[in-house]
Amino acid sequence: MAKRCGESEERADGGPVRGLGRREFIRAAAALTAAGITLIGPHAWAARALGDDPSRKRLVVVFMRGAVDGLNVVVPTGDGQYYEQRPTIAIPRGGDGGAINLDGHFGLNPALAGLMPYWNDGTLAFVHACGSPDPTRSHFDAQDFMESGTPGVKATRDGWMNRVIAALPGAHGPTEAVSLGPTVPRILSGPMAVANIPLGRAADHPMPLDNPKIEDAFDRLYDRRDALSRAYQEGRVARRQLLSELMADMREADNGAPSSAGFGNDTDRLARLIARDPGIRLAFAALGGWDTHVSEGSNRGQLTNHLKPLGDGLASFARQLGPAFDDTVILVISEFGRTVHENGNGGTDHGHGNVMWVMGGPVRGRRVYARWDGLDPGSLYQERDVPVTTDFREPIGQALGVHMGLDAPALRRIFPGAPAASGNTSGLIKA
Amino acid sequence: MYDTGDMGTAARPLHALNRVAFGPRPGDAARVRQMGVERYLEQQLDAASIAEPAALSERIAGLRTLHMTPAELFQEFQEPIRAAAKGDVAAKQAARRQARQVIGEATEARIVRALYGPRQLQEVMTAFWFNHFNVFAGKGLCAIWTGAFEEEAIRPHTLGRFRDLLGATAMHPAMLFYLDNWQNTAPGAPGKHGKFDGINENYAREVMELHTLGVNGGYTQTDVIALAHILTGWGLAKGGAGNGQQPPRGMGLREGSAGAALAGNLWRRPGGFHPWWRRQMQAGGGGARRPGGPRGPMGPYGFYFDPSRHDFGGQTLLGHQLAGGGIEQGERALDLLARSPATANHLSYQLAQYFVADDPPKALVSRLAARYQASDGNLRDVLATLFSSPEFWDPHCYGVKFKTPYEYAISAARAVGADVINVRPLTGTMAQMGMPLYGCPTPDGYKNTAAAWLNPEAMMMRLSFATALGAGRLPLERVPDAAAGPMAGVKHPERVRQMDFNGAAAAPDAAQLALTLADAFSPRTADAVEAAPVQLRTPLILGSPEFMMR
Repeated sequence: MAKRCGESEERADGGPVRGLGRREFIRAAAALTAAGITLIGPHAWAARALGDDPSRKRLVVVFMRGAVDGLNVVVPTGDGQYYEQRPTIAIPRGGDGGAINLDGHFGLNPALAGLMPYWNDGTLAFVHACGSPDPTRSHFDAQDFMESGTPGVKATRDGWMNRVIAALPGAHGPTEAVSLGPTVPRILSGPMAVANIPLGRAADHPMPLDNPKIEDAFDRLYDRRDALSRAYQEGRVARRQLLSELMADMREADNGAPSSAGFGNDTDRLARLIARDPGIRLAFAALGGWDTHVSEGSNRGQLTNHLKPLGDGLASFARQLGPAFDDTVILVISEFGRTVHENGNGGTDHGHGNVMWVMGGPVRGRRVYARWDGLDPGSLYQERDVPVTTDFREPIGQALGVHMGLDAPALRRIFPGAPAASGNTSGLIKA
Repeated sequence: MYDTGDMGTAARPLHALNRVAFGPRPGDAARVRQMGVERYLEQQLDAASIAEPAALSERIAGLRTLHMTPAELFQEFQEPIRAAAKGDVAAKQAARRQARQVIGEATEARIVRALYGPRQLQEVMTAFWFNHFNVFAGKGLCAIWTGAFEEEAIRPHTLGRFRDLLGATAMHPAMLFYLDNWQNTAPGAPGKHGKFDGINENYAREVMELHTLGVNGGYTQTDVIALAHILTGWGLAKGGAGNGQQPPRGMGLREGSAGAALAGNLWRRPGGFHPWWRRQMQAGGGGARRPGGPRGPMGPYGFYFDPSRHDFGGQTLLGHQLAGGGIEQGERALDLLARSPATANHLSYQLAQYFVADDPPKALVSRLAARYQASDGNLRDVLATLFSSPEFWDPHCYGVKFKTPYEYAISAARAVGADVINVRPLTGTMAQMGMPLYGCPTPDGYKNTAAAWLNPEAMMMRLSFATALGAGRLPLERVPDAAAGPMAGVKHPERVRQMDFNGAAAAPDAAQLALTLADAFSPRTADAVEAAPVQLRTPLILGSPEFMMR
């Protein structure tokens, strides 16, 4: 076998470059087949009958990149230390502009008032002091671990949502998992095909490649099984499947007006796509801008300004799902929390435990799930941060097991080495 | 000098142009073959020896805001926004529109230099090091300072010493603002005021994690806090550069006042400064603009060390005792970081990953790190070692790097020899593919691996761009419409989709393009191009697997 560039056995691209030749493709294809993944042509995918699998259960993950300050999202209003440690950025306990009471001890940031109907009807819950057991305070490592699903293990090559696709029963198509945005995030990376839809107006506009002559010409270039060919073929099929839905949606929803940009519009479009296409089982979106080292603000200011569109966007997402909301679990996660004490610049620095948001028909909501040890310095992680008392894989595992119907061996493949459940989130998800 | 291994003679010029430059322009491959790859690389490593064409120099010179200091930019573009804030909404919006011109000119400079600059390695390294020390033009004042950051802190040092890059970025207003250090204040310091009243860890953490040691470089949370204390008071001059006696007024950042009286003395104190810093100061302030030149005794470009907010106590950083002191304590900390073996390794890994392979050969990384250490962080030496390594010339490493959206768009416009008056179709395409120039919000910058950029939708967008460019339908040669939004030029014209491709071939010419790319195509690509209607041949070459890779 020919020597490869570098020392690693695996090539990230495996592209059809000169000097590598056909043997490489054959080897790659053989490796995939050995892994139980069958390579089928794009037309086989296109021919796949939607709804082969009778289950219409979906999982949506929203990642708040940059470490949102969970203590100002779901506020421990019953904790005096919270107000002592945050003289200028604490959310007031109640009253006009204060935290909206959830359970007597915790209150919700008033910017998220749009989510209260879901809390009140029992389809929204929170898991506090939740997160990754790895101690890193690097955004990038922490996100990587939360996306690979293997905290502390950098060698994991694929994302946990990609492993979920593999574990789902039935034939797999390239639009079974959809990511919002022009690149495929770590959480969805891996051997299983994933569709990504561009943001803004590019999503539902025809492109030159939709011209059959152009398509035919490029089909010849990308007709093999190398990484570029596979990406091309998956892209063609995903486009064929999604574009007609998107264009029909554009005509109906926007009356033909060009769609505008923005998180809410993009997620609304994603929600309608999920509602239309039962073949979509997993979806992912990310939103940045949470790294509030300075001027975080209290019930007014930077964080609140960012939370409002997210809260309103999620409420709208839920509405657009329509009846599919009853079969959907939405998880909102972030790589770690922020310091309990406010820093010298009206902001907070990198911390540890955070709050996870869990929403959807199958959620047993109206409850903050947590082992909450309070904010006294002695109870904090390294005397500065909310500790992690619930591993982030525990609520996700429940969503995958109870809701998506995956069995224990599948869950062990998705989250290898995850600790036994703490019980803190027992009953969070209904079957 | 360069061991070009057993990579075929024909492949070497193209390989060099793909890695050391942003791909060949018409005639480049033949020229490099003729002069010899070795000579080409030597020349590229000595950027100053390469003359810049007058047309390019004139075009760059015409970008007025590119040649302004952060203080001047602040006065001209930020002050009107502030002034208008008191009432007039329309005036405020007009001022904001004016300010957008600044990032527009920085963008144009970056793109036209990448397209036409003969000092290609310098352009490649400017993009590389900007990305390494990423700042985000979407964050507040970075909107007007990002271009200046690249001009002043990055570009002059790309083939120099890493320590100079590190120092210049650490003290640049864009970085100080982006990673919040301008507010980092010793607890209880006499100069504390308002939100300048305590430690901010943001820059201290990222400078170790991303800029120097790397995330596994052996630092702890205690080191982050120690470095944050060391860097207290590293901030922004109240008025940026002035006459050198007083911090001039008008920067308006609620900053710089308390320490102003002390500042003059501090800056004149001999010794304690890093040699680069001293050179900048001795070169004289306030004169005509020179690359890397000073902007006045407050420090280059509007940096200002405020002793009244600084922690003068001693600190332990990475096991080293750093005696208490003023700005020189921070300089010693940066010395320590720049000289750390962890930094040598981290930077060498990144260079090898950019120039050789996504998963770079470990032996090469070790040799580069050794060269870095032996040369005290001389980046030109490290690159010379890299370009003469057998790994760089290993035929198995030929064409294995999947181009980033930036590299793809730039290399395509270069290959067809486009006369680019309007850069928006290129920058808009980059943005659409997820890599907006100056638009990475997080300090880690963009990745350059296939894992980050190869996905189904990316292929669709690349091929659509290739088709529009190859069919001569991108409005590159049209004077941009000033009123159009930043994404104007991106929408692939509907008429490209509706073309029947039955006509005769138009520019750009496929045969010329094949020649430019040294005719290095697989039989599959050659067959597909041959079989396609003539009007589709250029799009096919630009969309071929060979052209996706470098």
